[in-house]
Amino acid sequence: MKYFQPEIETASREYLHALQSARLIKMVYNCYNNVPFYKKKFDEMGLLPQDIKSIDDITKLPFTVKQDLRDNYPYGLFAVGRDKLKRIHASSGTTGKQTVVGYTEGDIDRWSQGAARALVAAGGKKDDYVHISYGYGLFTGGLGLHYGTEKLGATAIPVSSGNTKRQVQILQDFQSDIICCTPSYAMFIGETLKEMNIDPKTLPLRAGIFGAEAWSENMRKEIEKVLDIKAYDIYGLSEIAGPGVAYECEEQTGMHICEDYFYPEIVDPDTLEPVPDGTYGELVFTCIGKEALPLIRYRTRDITALTREKCSCGRTLVKMLKPRGRSDDMLIIRGVNVFPAQVEHVILSLGMEPNYQIIVDRVNNLDIMKVCIEMSDELFSDSVRHIEETEAKIKGAMQTTLGVSAVVKLVEPHSLPRSEGKAVRVIDNRKI
Amino acid sequence: MTIKQISVFVENKEGRLAEITNVLAENQIDIRALSIADTTDYGILRLIVNDPEKAVKVLKEAKLTVSPTDVLAVGVDDTPGGFAKAIGVLSEAKIGVEYAYAFVTPTVGKAYVILRVNDNDLAAKALEAAGFEPLNQSELFS
Repeated sequence: MKYFQPEIETASREYLHALQSARLIKMVYNCYNNVPFYKKKFDEMGLLPQDIKSIDDITKLPFTVKQDLRDNYPYGLFAVGRDKLKRIHASSGTTGKQTVVGYTEGDIDRWSQGAARALVAAGGKKDDYVHISYGYGLFTGGLGLHYGTEKLGATAIPVSSGNTKRQVQILQDFQSDIICCTPSYAMFIGETLKEMNIDPKTLPLRAGIFGAEAWSENMRKEIEKVLDIKAYDIYGLSEIAGPGVAYECEEQTGMHICEDYFYPEIVDPDTLEPVPDGTYGELVFTCIGKEALPLIRYRTRDITALTREKCSCGRTLVKMLKPRGRSDDMLIIRGVNVFPAQVEHVILSLGMEPNYQIIVDRVNNLDIMKVCIEMSDELFSDSVRHIEETEAKIKGAMQTTLGVSAVVKLVEPHSLPRSEGKAVRVIDNRKI
Repeated sequence: MTIKQISVFVENKEGRLAEITNVLAENQIDIRALSIADTTDYGILRLIVNDPEKAVKVLKEAKLTVSPTDVLAVGVDDTPGGFAKAIGVLSEAKIGVEYAYAFVTPTVGKAYVILRVNDNDLAAKALEAAGFEPLNQSELFS
């Protein structure tokens, strides 16, 4: 099997253009009629659904940002009632509130097609065992690849994340062919194999699909070595669907976007004007194949470029390059989205002064987030026990709000750097 | 009958302790006793000084985190079993000791113990009843 859906993945540009146009028109009516937020925006701009006649008219449409999801928390942007909803997922927001997304049965089916395309592009077959070590739950990683595996007709092993020695045992005993997880966790599993004196060549594992965080070409080589597999990148975000929005083929020079469902644009993040292919800018998606949460021109904040150059794999779907960074301050820590504002929110909620700094390092291929907080008269005590209790309380609150653990370090007052009166909040030492 | 102890938050950085004690030296503050509680990342410097109010003021001016605490200072015999006797009194009265440190003075035969307990009044009464005399600030520096 070379493609999961050759009729789409190798379709002509003309066919895709017609398909995208028809879907955009349908989507715009859905938004106008069923999402008051969009109707209001259209009315303010003097725009009517009938003004959109093809995909080329997409630039007439307004943008949507993460704040819009927050303002309409939790279900305000949904275009369907709960009778049509099939599933909810969520990702962390900036101030404690999560970004909530919904799917109809059709939405899950289309997302699963994307994930199945990714599996096939990574050499997946119907008789494969797919070992899924992404977390299962509100995070889209686990269930996204799980449904993609079932869509393909392969066998899903829903291991979820954690307990690495057990992961290794399952890789050995259950004969997993493909593994799906974050790249840093793949490295960690590889290192665990080494510690356990297991030669990766003795495992049947032949490919891995890794996403949810940025990783470099060097890390790809490392993972390929420690696990003795071929490593593929996958892209997705819950607002659009989840993993499978875009995926790598054997050429590994970018990720093919499922543009029949998720229409991409690259815009200049300052002017919001579209930029030509090959130019880096902010990636924007319009969910032309979504019913429950049909976001129009959603700004992902990921900085990347598109290429429509012919791909040796035969797929005609546009490719996006590896994201180079973000146009906002979001950090990705072990696959979890973390905003500095969330850290500040935790500190303020504990009644402490917001004098803090976040330092991110990658130690043995695992992200470590350290939050340094300046000691104050209120926090200080002559007793080590009391200070340790304070540290534990801060650590617990961080874990609860951020969904990822942080190392908390209390430092002397006025010891954190301030430049031009504005604090330097984040130091990211990861070389990705 | 308590005395003021001053605690200072010290990050584990080279030269930090020297800088802090220099602040006290420059301001003519006399240190009678000290102890350092250390952890991996930081330490707590605990001081008994002749002028705690001035010490707090100058340390705060040097942008340090300072906290004054009431502690007990008790004279014990500088002989084997001297400290054990005082601690035994507190133990019998079921008074918890958070930490303690000792120092000697030129007066031969006497040692002094700084005690941080969970109840100063109760501890002082128990010690007095057993013949110990907690010192006040001026006695400590006379």
